[in-house]
Order: sequence, then C-alpha cells, then structure tokens
Amino acid sequence: MSTLEIRDLKVSIETDQGTKHILKGVDLTINEGEIHAVMGPNGSGKSTLAYTIAGHPRYNVEGGSITFDGQDVLEMSVDERARAGLFLAMQYPVEIPGVTVTNFLRTAKTAIDGEEPSIRHWGATVKDAMGKLRMDPSFAARNVNEGFSGGEKKRHEILQLELLKPKFAVLDETDSGLDVDALKIVSEGVNRAHEETGLGVLLITHYTRILRYIKPDFVHVFVDGKVAEEGGPELAERLEDEGYDRYLVAQA
Amino acid sequence: MPVQTRSERFTSTAHADFPEVTGREVNWKYTPVAKLGDLIDGELDGSPYEIAYADAAGATVEWLDRTHALVGAAGIPEDRAAANAWTNFEKALHIRLEGDAETLTVVRSTLGGSARAAHTIVSAAKGATGLVVLDSQGDAKLTENVEIVLEDDANVTVVSVQQWDDSALHLASQYARIGHGASLRHIVVSLGGDVVRVNPSAHLAEEGAEAELYGVYFADAGQHLEQQVYVNHDAPHTRSRVTYKGALNGEGAHTVWIGDVLIGRDATGTDTYEQNRNLVLSDGTRADSIPNLEIETGDIEGAGHASATGRFDDEQLFYLQARGIPEDEARRLVVLGFLSEVVQKIGEPVLEARLHEALEDELAAAR
Ligand SMILES: Nc1ncnc2c1ncn2[C@@H]1O[C@H](COP(=O)(O)OP(=O)(O)OP(=O)(O)O)[C@@H](O)[C@H]1O
Ligand SMILES: [Mg+2]
Repeated sequence: MSTLEIRDLKVSIETDQGTKHILKGVDLTINEGEIHAVMGPNGSGKSTLAYTIAGHPRYNVEGGSITFDGQDVLEMSVDERARAGLFLAMQYPVEIPGVTVTNFLRTAKTAIDGEEPSIRHWGATVKDAMGKLRMDPSFAARNVNEGFSGGEKKRHEILQLELLKPKFAVLDETDSGLDVDALKIVSEGVNRAHEETGLGVLLITHYTRILRYIKPDFVHVFVDGKVAEEGGPELAERLEDEGYDRYLVAQA
Repeated sequence: MPVQTRSERFTSTAHADFPEVTGREVNWKYTPVAKLGDLIDGELDGSPYEIAYADAAGATVEWLDRTHALVGAAGIPEDRAAANAWTNFEKALHIRLEGDAETLTVVRSTLGGSARAAHTIVSAAKGATGLVVLDSQGDAKLTENVEIVLEDDANVTVVSVQQWDDSALHLASQYARIGHGASLRHIVVSLGGDVVRVNPSAHLAEEGAEAELYGVYFADAGQHLEQQVYVNHDAPHTRSRVTYKGALNGEGAHTVWIGDVLIGRDATGTDTYEQNRNLVLSDGTRADSIPNLEIETGDIEGAGHASATGRFDDEQLFYLQARGIPEDEARRLVVLGFLSEVVQKIGEPVLEARLHEALEDELAAAR
C-alpha cells in the first residue's frame, strides 16, 4: 500500500525582509485511498505545504522529511516527484503561451508513463474526459490556461488529474471560484479518480460545501504552520460554525 | 532638436548623398557599425549570383536591368549601406506573381565572404495571390535592397529567412508598396549570422491596403539581430499589424527592434497595432525594443503598441515539471511555444517544420 508521510516538516522562504519561517513542524500521514481535508486561516501555510510537497524551488526545507513509499521525496526534482505519482492541483494555475492543451497533455502523459500514449485511443480519452468535466472541445486547441476563467482553470487541473492518474493528489483550493454546478462536476472528477485508481487526496479548502461531495476520512486544522487539531468529518462542521478563534486564542 | 516626421527622413539611391556613418544616427545607433565598414562604404560586387528554385506555376523569375521601371517602384534607401547596394547592383532579381501562383522558394547559399550588393523585386499582378520565400543560407557579406510591389487586390505572403552561417554580415532594406485593397503578409525569420539587420517598411499607399508584418529571431552569444520596422499609413481605411518575437541566449546576444508607425493626414480610419516581445534566457544579453507611434489625423479606428522583454518564467517551468515533464523539455516547450506563434503564420508546412527544427537546434545549442 502506498503511503505519503510528512514528518516534522519545517519550511521557510526568503523575503525582502529576511527569512520567513512558515511551516513549523508538520506531521501528516496519508495512505492510499484516504481523503484528508486541511482547513485553516489565510496565511497559515497550507499552500506552502502543497508547494513543498511538489518541490517548488522557492520553499526551503529547514528540517523534517517527506517520504513516499519509503523514497525520500525531498531528494527528487519536481518532475521526478510527478513521475513518482504525486500531483498538485494548483490554487493559481499558470498560463503558458504558445503551448496548446493538446500538446501539453500528450507531453505530460508521455513523461509520466515513459511512453507515448496510443495515438488511436488518446484523442478519444481526452475528449471523453473533457466531456465529463463539461469542458468545451475548443479548449484542446487553446494555449494552456491562457485566458481561461478561474473556474475553467480549475476544471483543467482536474482534467489533468484524471488523465495522468497519479497516486496522490494535493488539491489546493480547487473549490474556490467554482459556481455551484462546476463544484459538483469537479468533485465528481475527483471522486472518479479516487474510485478508479485508489487515489489518496489532500484537499485544502476554506469551505465545507465541497466536503458534501468529496467525503473526507480525516480533517486537519492548520494554524500557524502546524496541524493544531485532527478529527473526522464532524470537525469540519464545527469549524464552519465556530471559526478558528479557539486555536488563535490558544496560540496567543 | 525637433522630432522629425518619419516620412521626411532623407532618402536617396546614391551612396555619395549620405553623410559618413558615425554610429550616432537614429538608424545606426544600436548597430555595430565598426564591423560593417565594407558594406557601408566599401567596394561591392553587384553581379548576379547563383540562385536555386523549383518552378512554380504563376511565378516567374528573371534578372532585370537596373533601368527597368520596377526598380524603385516600392521605395528607396534611407541609409548609406542600402544606398551603397543600390549604387552598385548590376541586375535585379525579379519574381513576378500572376493569378493564383504556387509557392515559390528562391534559395541563395553560395554568396561567399566577399562584399556584395543585391537587389530583389517581388511584384504581384492585380488580384494575384501567392507565397514567396527568400531563403538565405551559407556565408555572406551582403548589403541589399528588396522591393515588394503589390498591385490592387493582390494578396501575397513574403517570407525572408536569414539562416546564414555564423560569420555572415547582412544588411537589408525591404520596401513594400501595397495597392488598393491589397494585402501583404511579411515575415522576417533571422536565426543565423554574426550581424543581421533587416529593415522592412510597408507603404499602405492606397485605400483599403493591409499589412501584417511578423518577425521571429533567436540571438546566440555574440550575435546581433536587428530589425527596424516602418509602417506608413498613407491612405484611408488601411490596416496594419506588427508582431515581432525574439529570444536571446548567451553573453553578448543583442537584438534590436524599432517599430515606427506613422498615421498620415490622409489615413483616416486607420487600424494599427504593433508589438515586440523578447524572452531572455540567460545573463549577459541585451534587447533594445523601441515602439514609436506618430499620429497626424484624429479620425482613426485604433492604434496601439506594446513592448515587453522578460526573463524566462520559472513559474511556467514549475507548472510543466509538476506534470512530470523534465526540465529540458519544459524549457523547450515554453520557448518554442513563445516563438512558434510567428512561425505558424507562414502557412507553408515544410518551411514551418524546418524552422521549428532550427529553433530546436538553437535551444539545444543554448544549453
Ligand atoms: N513570496 C512570499 N513573500 C512573502 N511572504 C510569503 C511569500 N510566500 C508566502 N508568504 C507568506 O507565507 C505565509 C503562508 O502562505 P501560504 O500561501 O502558504 O498560506 P495559505 O495557508 O495557503 O493561505 P490562503 O488560505 O490565503 O491560501 C503567508 O503569511 C504568506 O504571506
Ligand atoms: Mg493558499
């Protein structure tokens, strides 16, 4: 069974004002097939955790470890992590002028699988996946994320999730900016991937609404660069009612 | 000093009419003139040279005498090097398009390293369509004039490919005169050569004339690639689009883009937009990018310009790598994606594929 294990992770970034310590000892274990929700106030370090797992060069790991099936993730380059089966659906997907979605998807699929997808089936697979996410076929010929609306960018992230078939996915506020219908469509995409491939999910969100569609096994409250509390789905409901005051007060 | 209207810049076909080049002139100040003395002032071989082409229906190729009426029909030199070429060329290479002509590619690859002058004319009959590729390879030390004459309603693409050897020196002035309702698509591709300066101008001389001017260039270490673009809106309801994109990589890679657009008093209803974008891939490069828009009538449709020179975007690289694509390939995708917007405008699959490959080679060499 696949396991992503984060131990006492400490991360900083360099800013104009000097070194800023963001993650202050994060512990988190996600097994294959499990869905973990992470909730926490703005600026508490959720995206930092997501980017650090993916290997963004801006984040410096000061201590701790990330292991994936016993492999040292921190030793891997960004693309090696993706090929090992880690996926990050970004809070702010990047526009890439001149690179079409079709070309991008085929290149990524080839890189992940180590071989070109079958010419005969790939086109139909992409078309089918786009259809399920209610993406117009014209997106295939457009440049990656260029001029996409916020919601279209998020659908495009989940399209990649479904096509690249990772073992673990970090979804960083994939629900933000989605209308009611899109939220449902995107959630269904995540659930399909979860059912079909036993995807493990780390779902970062501010809202319980998405948790009605994607049922978490565990909820973690993230405050000031650490996990402050852990529980089941009921914890999310409580957060929605009470907010984060309790943790912030405790911290002060 | 009063700003001079672009259309009033001094022009002449005679070398002696221009003062000596100091390197401070508005049209020489970015150019490494010290390397170009032989072309600006030296003796030039102006005899016809070897060309290669495959016959294309609707297109004829011939050498004309200097006295032919077409010589000077599109424009005359604005600088001393172009005038030196004009003074010294013996015959003009003329490409004539009639009806719906097939694609014609004229290759010159054996010019050699001694200083030369050349004169080329592409003319299109009323209503003619076609695509002409002027394909330059091998070694060269060349100063030349290229005239493009489109009669009414002609619709023509001219592609000028500079894929010279590393040591080549090349100065070109290209002048297009675009007739009533005619439309020119002009594409400058500069990849190889030590100093390559191609200055295209488009004279939208009659009502409804259109010009789309594209350029793509990739400058390596020590290479100087320059283009001074000039669009003269000189009649009502004329339209122009200028898009030049370049990449720079390596110590001393230098690119220059100057985009002058003049909307004259008679050019009511003009619609124009020009842009230059440069992608900087390493330290030690320099990209000069200077758009100028001069408007002499208030009654226009639209006029805009943009210029941006930016570093390679690490966020784009991260995004692609996060999808499993190795760094090398991610870099290649981003740069090719950026430049291929222009290559795709050519509309000639074989040439497009060749240029894609050439760009890939430039990138591979860049590492
Ligand atoms: N480049 C940067 N320069 C300065 N501070 C930064 C930078 N990147 C992140 N930070 C800071 O690090 C902290 C954590 O940011 P992060 O994006 O991880 O928060 P988050 O929990 O994802 O917030 P949100 O819920 O708003 O998305 C914030 O205080 C943020 O301002
Ligand atoms: Mg965030």
